Amino acid sequence: MPNLKVLKNRIASVKSTRKITKAMQMVAAAKLRRAQEAAEAGRPYAERFNAVMAQLAGGVSSDSGPKLLVGNGSNQTHLLVVMTAERGLCGGFNGNIAKLARVAAHKLMAEGKTVKILTVGKKGREALKREFGDLSIGHVDLSEVKKLGYDNASGIAQDLLTRFEDGEFDVAKIFYSTFQSVISQTPTEQQIIPADFSNVEASEEATLYDYEPSEEAILADLLPRAVATQIFSALLENGASEQGARMSAMDNATRNAGEMIDKLTVEYNRSRQAVITNELIEIISGAEAL
Amino acid sequence: MADMMQFDLVSPERRLTSVQATEVQIPGAEGDFTAMAQHAPVITTLRPGVLKVVTASGTDEYLVTGGFAEVGATGTSVLAERAFVKADVTAELMEDLIKEANLQRDAANTDVAAKYADDLVAASAQIQG
Repeated sequence: MPNLKVLKNRIASVKSTRKITKAMQMVAAAKLRRAQEAAEAGRPYAERFNAVMAQLAGGVSSDSGPKLLVGNGSNQTHLLVVMTAERGLCGGFNGNIAKLARVAAHKLMAEGKTVKILTVGKKGREALKREFGDLSIGHVDLSEVKKLGYDNASGIAQDLLTRFEDGEFDVAKIFYSTFQSVISQTPTEQQIIPADFSNVEASEEATLYDYEPSEEAILADLLPRAVATQIFSALLENGASEQGARMSAMDNATRNAGEMIDKLTVEYNRSRQAVITNELIEIISGAEAL
Repeated sequence: MADMMQFDLVSPERRLTSVQATEVQIPGAEGDFTAMAQHAPVITTLRPGVLKVVTASGTDEYLVTGGFAEVGATGTSVLAERAFVKADVTAELMEDLIKEANLQRDAANTDVAAKYADDLVAASAQIQG
């Protein structure tokens, strides 16, 4: 029979765990609202931008276009940009992104490609370090960032563009989580270099625009920004997903702790009763013996 | 009364405005121009400058640092890299932006970076009157 004292301590500790998870859930809920607002505020820009880009890109023939759009002709070295959270305790959020990246990396390596990895967010680095530590070419630390800004994204984009120009990789893909709802976030893989706008819906009617300066010049100017824009919206989606995942993970944890407390309390009461019954038996049998 | 058109100004982080405007003065890379309803469709990149929006209730001014503008049949949208309402533009903010541009100019040493910094200084003078 478990010791009463041990049980009591156990109940107390699970209770304080429940308090913590409950608090974390509420913090995540508040942060989620903010992250969602940020993601929604960023959406009009990304949508317009991609629509215009799709239109511009549609007019470019495949061999004369800028490298960022048509690629540099090679398909050998792939850079995987894995974007995860800086903190854990958010369910399968980080794990799912890392898993998707891991599968993609293995697939590319099986095809004989060279894989390089850039991690954004501490948890992704930790998850991939053991297996792909030697493939990592860098890490972006956002743990000091209080509020995600476009500057963070353009910093990452700048880094990518420099590496691309130096010929460090041929194809870049980002891995992040799209926010569907609080209970569902989908890990997503998206190619950003060379830019791929095939999934963007073409605008309602093909307007014939005048381009000022030339179409090519605009494209050359906008393509680097497109990289930054895509990274920025991925970061925002990721932010909302992280908080959503944490909220539901902590909600589950709180509920589990509650169930555990109930179970332990029943056990505690039973053992207490058993102890009392035992004592009574001892007293009665002692009295009978006299 | 002039025709109205839909005007949107968005930056990556938020939508700054979405109004019915009679005319919009846009600092295009190839020169300023004014877009009104029925303007021919144009896509142009922006230089740092002051964007003026004339609506029925008055004129709003914004500082934009770059991006592009799309004038279409349904309206005009400006997608600015960074955009500020005139009231939010302080001397410190301008200083920071110019300092940043100068750093970039020193680092990159290209005509583009130099022009960016010059345009920014000009825009700063214009918006602060």
